[in-house]
Amino acid sequence: MSSIKIELRKDDVDFIKGVCASFNNDPQELINVLHSCQEHFGYLPAEIQEVVSEGLNMPVAKIYGVVTFYSFFTMTPKGKNPISICLGTACYVRGAEKVLDEFKKELGIEVGQSTNDNKFSLSSLRCVGACGLAPVVLVGDKTYGRVAPDDVKNILKEYE
Amino acid sequence: METIKLTIDNKEVDVPRGTTIYKAAKELGIDIPTLCYMDLHDLNIENKPGGCRICVVEVEGRRNLAPTCSTKCESGMVVKTHSTRVLNARRTVMEFILSDHPKDCLVCSKSGNCELQTMAHRLGIREIPGAEFAETSKYRKDTSPSIIRDLDKCIMCRRCETMCNDVQTVGALSAVNRGFMATVAPAFEQNLEHSTCTYCGQCVAVCPTGALTEVNHVPQVLRALVDPTKTVVVQTAPAVRAALGEEFGMAPGTLVTGKMTAALRALGFDYVFDTDFAADLTIMEEGTELLDRLSRHLKGDTTARIPILTSCCPGWVNFFEHYFPDLKDVPSTAKSPQQMFGAIAKSYFAEKIGINRKDMVVVSIMPCLAKKYECQRDEFSVDGNPDVDFSISTRELATFIKQANIDIKTLQDEEFDTPLGESTGASVIFGNTGGVIEAACRTAYELYTGKKLERIEFTELRGMEGVRSATIDFNGLPVNIGIAHGLGNARKLLDDVRSGKSVYHAIEVMACPGGCIGGGGQPLHHGNSEVIKARAAALYTEDRKKPLRKSHENPFIVKLYDEFLGKAGSEKAHHLLHTHYFDKKKKIIIKH
Repeated sequence: MSSIKIELRKDDVDFIKGVCASFNNDPQELINVLHSCQEHFGYLPAEIQEVVSEGLNMPVAKIYGVVTFYSFFTMTPKGKNPISICLGTACYVRGAEKVLDEFKKELGIEVGQSTNDNKFSLSSLRCVGACGLAPVVLVGDKTYGRVAPDDVKNILKEYE
Repeated sequence: METIKLTIDNKEVDVPRGTTIYKAAKELGIDIPTLCYMDLHDLNIENKPGGCRICVVEVEGRRNLAPTCSTKCESGMVVKTHSTRVLNARRTVMEFILSDHPKDCLVCSKSGNCELQTMAHRLGIREIPGAEFAETSKYRKDTSPSIIRDLDKCIMCRRCETMCNDVQTVGALSAVNRGFMATVAPAFEQNLEHSTCTYCGQCVAVCPTGALTEVNHVPQVLRALVDPTKTVVVQTAPAVRAALGEEFGMAPGTLVTGKMTAALRALGFDYVFDTDFAADLTIMEEGTELLDRLSRHLKGDTTARIPILTSCCPGWVNFFEHYFPDLKDVPSTAKSPQQMFGAIAKSYFAEKIGINRKDMVVVSIMPCLAKKYECQRDEFSVDGNPDVDFSISTRELATFIKQANIDIKTLQDEEFDTPLGESTGASVIFGNTGGVIEAACRTAYELYTGKKLERIEFTELRGMEGVRSATIDFNGLPVNIGIAHGLGNARKLLDDVRSGKSVYHAIEVMACPGGCIGGGGQPLHHGNSEVIKARAAALYTEDRKKPLRKSHENPFIVKLYDEFLGKAGSEKAHHLLHTHYFDKKKKIIIKH
């Protein structure tokens, strides 16, 4: 577990409470509530989960369980340009791990971390459904196919 | 009810529609092995996540094997519970579970009482293929005042999660992470101490492995016993005498009061006293408070909070401090019997034998893990010296007795020491759900009406229903009593109090299903609720055998008030025997 200590402003709390209310404060809607919160805040630190726990009247331990179960949810803030490397079977056998290693080396961060200037964050995922382009890298909404370790520097340059 | 016919291991059986294969097999005397399934039917507690996959069987016409705990019977089903395919699958699953499990059985505190160990033996596992290169998980060990979490030993049966969330509604534990890192933990994988955990210990009571165990305080007790400068005083809770025998092979419900007393004396305790004495004292204080609040309430005094809630159970106290801090002036301010005992032992009794409280060590034997936390609370000490130094569970006492080579079965019965060992039948039934309020009624009735109570047993307050209620006639005054055991049931009554809908004058709450007899520190019942019922019956038997059955008739209690406390509810009694509660809601901190 790692998370940044944050202080929620009153309008942040109101936003989360509002999201919960829009789903009728129904614990069954937890995943939808978390989606909305992550879309708004970019990530789901402990403080947000606590407010959701109050809003949906369910234990925060259960919410943490769901957040840590689904890889889509994150407790650390994503960088301005979130980089995701597909490690699905097709990408993996075509060298995705070497591409990932190159990103780690270039950025000096591990999977799940962000650079100090918060420009980039690194994550891995399992199959984006573009196996024909393996290995696949996503930066924000942009997709890069057939990426080789040598391409990494140039990709990063695009975001300088 | 509609029944269906099916065949299991070539035997036909009729079962109601909706029955699981697991239960149908039980009807035929077929005991399908399982690690995660748990059924406490009298308490309406069932855990069937279908997670361990040990209970799989072959169903004719079905492609894959079926987990019997969560597969319902269908008409004409043909089930094989021990075909070669089933046995191989079961063995493979078990080998996988074991490959990730620490192999320190020799020194594991659960050894000999571990369901995983028993299962490995039952399935004839003699080697674990791949054990030398299998990865094993390495979780941080979490030690709280009461409970140790060693999640390397967790097999994800999720029984603890069922107890914590569905039964107790405490919500401290949840399954977190996925795949290899999956485990059960409090929010943000913090320590239990920073969660909403009440230390009720029900997770420990159902854990099949050594993942959840109690903090062991036997070494500290032993050290105190061998210290010549210390006078060591022991008190034993009512529920212990109805369960300790189980650890020595006796049938559930065997009363071992006299043998337990003899064993404690043989262990070297200087004074063997009884928490029951303090239970009688609790009734004096709590009963007086009840009558005071009730009579003020009847006179129209709106500052008199009704209902009054019992406060003997430390798991329950933790629960309302976490979840109902707005109601913290509703429970009785009377301390629990454990703490009343400590306060009296280190004042009245220490004075009597002429020693300083710092030279006295008070040990309690409790069916409970929350008591370990309770005795460490700051407000229960004087200048850093706790009223109760160490609390050990029934299970720890059994281990201690075995280590000291004491054969409890052959011991002659002995009596408790006086004055703090004398008790009435009213105090004995404290260990059962409904017992505290029954004991309180016996005394409150006589104090309120001034008449002798003819019918001592309030059987309408007894039973195993999660929430019970009864109206007791106090000579024309109807007193409405509510009873809940299990914190989920307590929550229902508390929600009513909060919303002003409660119709009760007094409510008894016990955190554990069955009351203290089903406590988190008791011998493990391994999912057999008959054990809990037998223990309850034993305490009612002990009550009937006592010559005195009302707390205010205890001659040593009368003497204690005469010589020392004055009268019930006096300033001195308040100072020593009452407490106050805290808002713990704000205390939940997120550590980063």
